[in-house]
Amino acid sequence: MPERTVTVASSSGLHARPAAMFVKAAAAQPVPVKLRIGDGPAADARSILAVLALRVEHGTAVTLSTGAEDGPAAHEALNTLADLLSRDLDAEPANG
Amino acid sequence: MADVLRGLGVSAGAAAGPALRMGRVPRLPAPRTVTDQAAERAAAREALDQVGRELAERAARAADPAARAILEAQALIAKDPMLAESCDGAIGAGLDAAHAVHTAFTQQADGLRAAGGYLAERAADLEDLRDRAVAWLLGEPMPGIPDPGHPFVLIADDLAPADTATLDPRRVLALVTARGGPTSHTAILARALGLPAVVACQEALAVEDGTLIHIDGDTGAVTLHVTAAVIAETAAETAGSPAESFAGPGRTADGHRVPLLLNIGSADDLPADAATDVEGVEGVGLLRTELLFLGRHDAPGLDEQREAYTRVFRALPGRRVVLRTLDAGADKPLPFLSLADEPNPALGIRGLRTSRTRPEVLETQLAAVAEAAAAADADVWVMAPMVSTAREAADFAARVRAHGLSKVGAMIEVPAAALRAAQILEHVDFLSIGTNDLGQYTMAADRQCGELADLLDPWQPALLDLIASCARAGKAAGKPVGVCGEAASDPWLACVLVGLGISSLSMSRAAVARVGARLSRYSYGDCVRLAESALAAADAAAARAAVTSAS
Repeated sequence: MPERTVTVASSSGLHARPAAMFVKAAAAQPVPVKLRIGDGPAADARSILAVLALRVEHGTAVTLSTGAEDGPAAHEALNTLADLLSRDLDAEPANG
Repeated sequence: MADVLRGLGVSAGAAAGPALRMGRVPRLPAPRTVTDQAAERAAAREALDQVGRELAERAARAADPAARAILEAQALIAKDPMLAESCDGAIGAGLDAAHAVHTAFTQQADGLRAAGGYLAERAADLEDLRDRAVAWLLGEPMPGIPDPGHPFVLIADDLAPADTATLDPRRVLALVTARGGPTSHTAILARALGLPAVVACQEALAVEDGTLIHIDGDTGAVTLHVTAAVIAETAAETAGSPAESFAGPGRTADGHRVPLLLNIGSADDLPADAATDVEGVEGVGLLRTELLFLGRHDAPGLDEQREAYTRVFRALPGRRVVLRTLDAGADKPLPFLSLADEPNPALGIRGLRTSRTRPEVLETQLAAVAEAAAAADADVWVMAPMVSTAREAADFAARVRAHGLSKVGAMIEVPAAALRAAQILEHVDFLSIGTNDLGQYTMAADRQCGELADLLDPWQPALLDLIASCARAGKAAGKPVGVCGEAASDPWLACVLVGLGISSLSMSRAAVARVGARLSRYSYGDCVRLAESALAAADAAAARAAVTSAS
C-alpha cells in the first residue's frame, strides 16, 4: 500500500489557499488519494470540506495514501502531492 | 405583457440593455414523489456542476485577487465529492433533487458551524451554494446580483443594503424594482451612484432575463423589446451628457442664480479637489452629522467632533457649509441617547426633540462646531432637524448664537412648521426643506412602506403647496429657503422647485450635473410656468406628466 508521510510547510497550515491548491492538485490525479494525520481518520484529498475538517496546522506530519492503488501512477500522484505539501504555498504568488 | 411598463422614476437619466433579474433565496416547494432516482441524481450533479462552473468563470474574470480566491474556494466546494455523495444518499432515501441538495448542504453547514472556528466561517458559503443549486433546479434566477460579465439592467423585487455591497456600477446600467418608493434604499443608492432607476414597477419581475429594455428614470417608463439601435443610441447619449454640458454655477437660462449644493456625511464624501472646483457645486447644503455618532455607546467628545467638522470646513474655504445638528431618534437609534422604545418612532423623540432630554449632547456639538468654524474660513450655517414650532426655532437659534455662530436655520420637515414658516423665519436666518420627511408627514405615509410609494412621490401637489408657501414666506422675509431632500435631485422637479421660489438645491454629487444642465435650459419664467402646471395637477402622476410633456 503506497504511502508518503510529509510535514506541511505552508505557514497557515492546510487552510484557505494552500488547502484549495492541494485539493485541486489531488482532483487532477488519475488515482484517488487519501490524507490523514497519524492514525486518524483518512480524508478524501479531493474533498475540500474533508481536508479542511482535518485542521492541519503548519509543521504537522501528514500521511498520503493511495489505498489499494499501486503502480507508477499511484507513486507519481504521491510524489506530486507530497512535493506540494512540503512547499510554503502561502509564500508563492497567487497565480501559481 | 404590455410593451411599456409604468413605475416611478426616482433617479434621472435613461439607460438600455439586457434585463437580468436578481434572484431571492429560493423557497422549496412541497417534495415531489420520485419515480426515477437516477434522473434525480443526474439533476443534482448537473446543478452542482452548473453552480461550480459559474463561480469558476466569475473567478477567472475577477480583477481583485482576494475576490478571485473567495470565488475559487466556493467553486471548489461546489465540486466537493462528499457533498455529491451526500446528495445521492438523500435521493436514495426518497427525496427529489432539490430537497436532496437542500438537505445535504444544510447538514454539512450545520456540521461546520458546530465545529466552530474557521470551519464555521465556511457554513455561510455552503448555504449560499445550496441556494444557488436549489434555484437552478427550480428554474429560478440565481440569488444575489447577477454577474454575467457584461452590462445589464438589474431587475429586483427590492434591494437591501447588503445587496448594494456587491453592486458594480460599471456593470449595472440601471435599476428597476417591483417595490420601493422615492425614498427607499434603492432610490437613494441609485441617485448616489448616478444610475437611472424606476421603482414600484410590479410587472417588471415578469420580464424574462435577456429581454432588451429601455428605462427612463425621469418618467418611470420601462420599454420592453427595444432594438439594438435604441441601445446604441441611448449609450451614446449617456456618454455625451451630462457632465460636458454643465460646468456650473447653477443658474437658469436667463441667469437667475440657484446655488447647487451637496448632501454629505463627512469630509470623505467630498472630492479631493473640493476647494478648487466641484463640478459647479457651490458648497454643502446638508452635512449630516449622525455618521460620527452612529453605533456609538458614548457620545463623541468635543475634540473628536471639532476635528471632523474642521476637516469639512477647511476643504471648502469661503464656501457655504450647512451643518445639520444631530438627527437621531428611535428610527436612527444612538445607544448613548438611551431613548425609550417608541410604538411610532417617526412621531416620537427624534431630531431636535432629543435635546429636550439630553440638552448637553447638543451643547457639546454646538461648541465643537463653533471652534471648528473659527479654525477655518468656510461660511458655516447651522440648522436643526424636526423643528415643529416657532418657539422651538427661537430656542434653538438662541442656543446657536450663544456659541457665536451667526447663521441659524430650521429644517422644514413637519407640516406644522411649513404652515408657520413666516413665524419661524422671525427667529432664524434661513429654512431648508427636507422633502422626504415632509412628504411622509404630509401624506401620513411611512417612508418605509413601499406599497404607498405613490403617496410618497415628491410630485404630490400637497407637498408642492407646502414648499410654495415656505418659499413665499422666505421671499417676504428676504431670507433664503432651500431644499435638501431627494426632490432636489430630480432634474424636472428641481426646475419646478425653482419656479416655486426655492433659492438653493442640495443633492448627492451624482445628481449635480443633470440638475444643473436641465436648469440651464429653462428661463426663470419657464420654471414658474412649470411650477404652476404642477400645482394645478390632480395628483403626483398628473403633475409629473404636465411638466415633462410641457417641455
